[in-house]
Order: sequence, then C-alpha cells, then structure tokens
Amino acid sequence: MAERSTMLRVDHLSKVYESPSGDVEAIGDLSFTMDAGELVCVVGPSGCGKTTLLKCVAGLLRSSGGAVELDGARVTGPTPSMALVFQEYGRSLYPWLTVRSNVELPLRHKNLSRAERDRLVNDSLLAVGLADAAKSHPWQLSGGMQQRVAIARAIAYEPEVLIMDEPFAAVDAQTRADLEDLVRDLHRSRGVSILFVTHDIDESVYLGERVLVLSKSPTRVLETLEIDLPAQRDQITTRALPRFTELRTHVYGQIQRAKAGAAVSSP
Amino acid sequence: MNAAAPSIARSSPRRSRLAARARSFGASILFAVGLPVLILLAWNLVAKKPDEAVGTEKFYPDPLTVGRAFTDNWVGPSFAEEALPSLYRLGIGIIASIAVGIAAGTVIGLVPWLRELTGPVLEFFRAIPPPALIPIVMLLLGITDTMKIAVIVSGAVWPILLNTIDGVRATDSVMTETAEAFRITRWQRLWFLVLPSASPRIMVGVRQGLSVALILMVISEMFASSSGLGYRIVYFQRNFLIAESWSGIVLLGLIGVLLAVVFGFVERRVLRWYHGMREVERG
Repeated sequence: MAERSTMLRVDHLSKVYESPSGDVEAIGDLSFTMDAGELVCVVGPSGCGKTTLLKCVAGLLRSSGGAVELDGARVTGPTPSMALVFQEYGRSLYPWLTVRSNVELPLRHKNLSRAERDRLVNDSLLAVGLADAAKSHPWQLSGGMQQRVAIARAIAYEPEVLIMDEPFAAVDAQTRADLEDLVRDLHRSRGVSILFVTHDIDESVYLGERVLVLSKSPTRVLETLEIDLPAQRDQITTRALPRFTELRTHVYGQIQRAKAGAAVSSP
Repeated sequence: MNAAAPSIARSSPRRSRLAARARSFGASILFAVGLPVLILLAWNLVAKKPDEAVGTEKFYPDPLTVGRAFTDNWVGPSFAEEALPSLYRLGIGIIASIAVGIAAGTVIGLVPWLRELTGPVLEFFRAIPPPALIPIVMLLLGITDTMKIAVIVSGAVWPILLNTIDGVRATDSVMTETAEAFRITRWQRLWFLVLPSASPRIMVGVRQGLSVALILMVISEMFASSSGLGYRIVYFQRNFLIAESWSGIVLLGLIGVLLAVVFGFVERRVLRWYHGMREVERG
C-alpha cells in the first residue's frame, strides 16, 4: 500500500467547560494524528470526554486550546470534508422526512445537478442495504436500519473523514455485528478515513487499524495501539484469534488502569 | 343432506361476519345520531306550539319552526348577503392570524434576546380579552371589514404565536447539531428542521385560534356592522324574531363544525409523520 498522508491532526487539544459553579476540565492535553484512509478507534472509560473530543474535531464545539487540522487546514467550524454519525439515530434523523429525503438533505446545498444528487443518494442507500426502504420514514424502521440511514446520509455527503460517535451503542448485539462489518466494508470500498468512538473494547479492536486508549477526564491519550490483525476480518474467525484476545485483554487492562489512575489522582 | 352440509359450513361464517359488520355499522349510526335525536325530541316537548299560550309562544319555538326559519333566512341569496361577508372576514382573519403567528413566533422563538424582550409584553396583550378592544379598534380603523379582521386577529393570533414560540424553542438539540455538522443552510434549516419540528405545537395553537376567531367574528359584528351573521342574530333578537335568531345560532354551530372538519383534514396531512411515529412508539 502506498504511503498515506496525514489527514487529521489533533494538536494539544484542550477543552474546559466554564460554569458559575466552577470550571470542568473535560479534555486535558490531547494529541494524535490520523492518516488518509485510516480507520482509527477511540476507546476510553465512560465519561472520559469522548463526545467532547468528537465535537471539537468536527468543529461543533470550540476548543479551549490547541488545534485541529484537517488536510493541513485548521478546523474552526463544521466543514464539508467531515460527516458525522451520531449515537442517537432517533434524534439525528428527521422523522418528518422519508429515508431518501433524510439522505438527500445535506446534499441540497452542495452545487450538484439533480442527476448527480440522485446518483449519490441511490448509491449510498444501496451501499447500506436500504435501497428498498427509500420511501419509508425512519420511525418505520428498526434501530439498526435507522442507523444505516444515518450512515448512508454521511457517505452520500462524500466526506474525507467520517466521524462516528458510539453509533452502535443503542442497537442489539446481532445488529451491531452486522453494522460493524458494514463499517469495515465501507471503509475498504470507499477509502474514507473513519474516526470511530466507542466504549466497547471488543468493538474497537475488531474494527480499528489503530486504537487510541483515552484516560479518564481530563482526557489524554494513554496509548496508541496498532491492531496487527489481518485486514480481512470477520466476526467469527477474527474474534477467535489468539491475537485478538491478547489485544482486547491489553486494552481492557489499560482502561482499568485509566479508571484506577483517575481514582487515585482525584481528591 | 350430505351434499348440502359443506356449503352451509362454508357460507355461514361469512354470512355471520357480514351480519356482525352490519350490526356494528348500525350501532355506530345509532350512537352518532341517538343523542341529537333525543335532544330534538326533548326540545320539542319543552317548546310551545304555535296554538297554545298566545303571546309567549314566539319565545319558545319548536325545532320545526327553527328549521323553517333556517331555510327561509340562510338558504338562497340571503346566504350570500349575510353569511358570506362573515365567512370572508373569518377566512381572512384566520389566514392572517396563522401567517402572523407562525412568522413572528418563529423569529421570537429562534432569537433568545427577542424572546426575553417580548415575553412580558406578549403576556400582557394575550391577557386582554379581545372584545374589550373592539371600541378602540373601531375608533382607529372605523367600522370596516379591516376593523373586524383586526379584532379576529387580535384574539386568534395568541395561541398560534405562543405555541409556535414554544415549538420552535423545543427543537431537538441533536437534530440541530446534525444540521450544523452537515452545514445545512439557514433557510433549509428553517424549512426542513425548525418548522416541521414545531408543527405539532403549531397545529395545537391553530386549533385553539380557530374557535377564538369564530367567537370574535360574531362579537365584532354584533358591535358594529350592517351585515354578517352576528349583525343578523342581534337584529332578529331586537325584533323578537326568536326562531330566526336561533337559526343563526344553528348556522354558527355548523360553521364551527365545518372549520373543525377542514382543520382535521389539514392536520392529518401535515402531521401524518407525527401520528405515525406516535402510533409506532405506543407499540
């Protein structure tokens, strides 16, 4: 594979929530980079500011210090090069629009021809296996299918980086496995870079090419772990590999240490 | 005997199902018209017949007399003369209330400082009973259609305005963040996010506004008018045409029902997604 260039650079990012009852330091000092076409999973103990990190990266939230750079350009607000998939699919899709209109909505302001827009929508619905559900409304679909709609909306937007915020936390285990494979397929077939945040350790190891383990809040990167599993992964054999178990045990240990470390340092 | 048995077995469940359906249809008809018929009968018993109690029978007309007065006064050209001006004012008043209520409500709902600025004033104006404004509006606008429309709007706009403000404010934060992340433009955000998300609340406001509008239409015409339903009803009363007066009230009731039917039709279309979603949530 050709040498990948750096797509996303997060440099000494910090975020302090100011409130009258005292400031809360959500992100301490966080740096990492992501190459073009890479699939990076971010995992950390619950309440460690993962969502805050994503919002800062996506430009939805102003950081208190440090910088986020996308393809060399500083991110100061939402950019057309990034697309988000939220955890709460029920609140992220618009129930008054059909599946098709939901996917199409973000494309309306891109200067695309009608035909091009239709092609993108059809293509992305097909890619997530929802070509037949285009005329349904999101609430007529199961949770897993709704999250597929959100993924279709994100890939139709043709971003350089796809940001996913615990997208499968609210779906059942079997659906979750299918959706994980869908993400890996889309990553391989479309070459899009994916930043995938999860609290599920197995999921992070199964999906990621690299896993960033975060500390408890104020958040830092505890460890960057290369996942040296074969690129061709499937739910049964990959998860049965001894290396998979080793990696997940390692990450699990790190997370436990992150929790304990924070407990010791907090008053 | 043997040959006939299967055919009986086949046909009888279908026949009994049909019979059951007919029975339930009959029952629902009976329920729908039962009470009105009872009321009419009771009314007929209490009402004075034209041949008894000479002198006061006019004050207690029976249903048939009122029905006759209804056809005499409201069916035909007199409908165009007396009812249409009222319906025109009502229609314009309702459309203006909806337009002003939604437009102003959306702006106020979206701009926090405007909301804080206008809050107390809106509460004050909303608390004023609109009929009390009629003499002043008459003074300002004269005895015109505009004055009557202004009176209708002055009352009907509040439920629409306040519900729109609340609805717009309650736009889901994740949906808003989604719109931001995908850089959806301001107008598209208004049209595809803010207004649809507020539409259930807006429709609640419109429903309330409709009944207020009907009330104010009548009252404004009772005050100062030379045409319209309110004017005719007062005219009949002053001339002791009691049955005719009742017939006007019946017409008002019918207009109210018609408004509700039209509203229901529009509401089902606009909020189809909402009712569908609620049904799914209820399981």
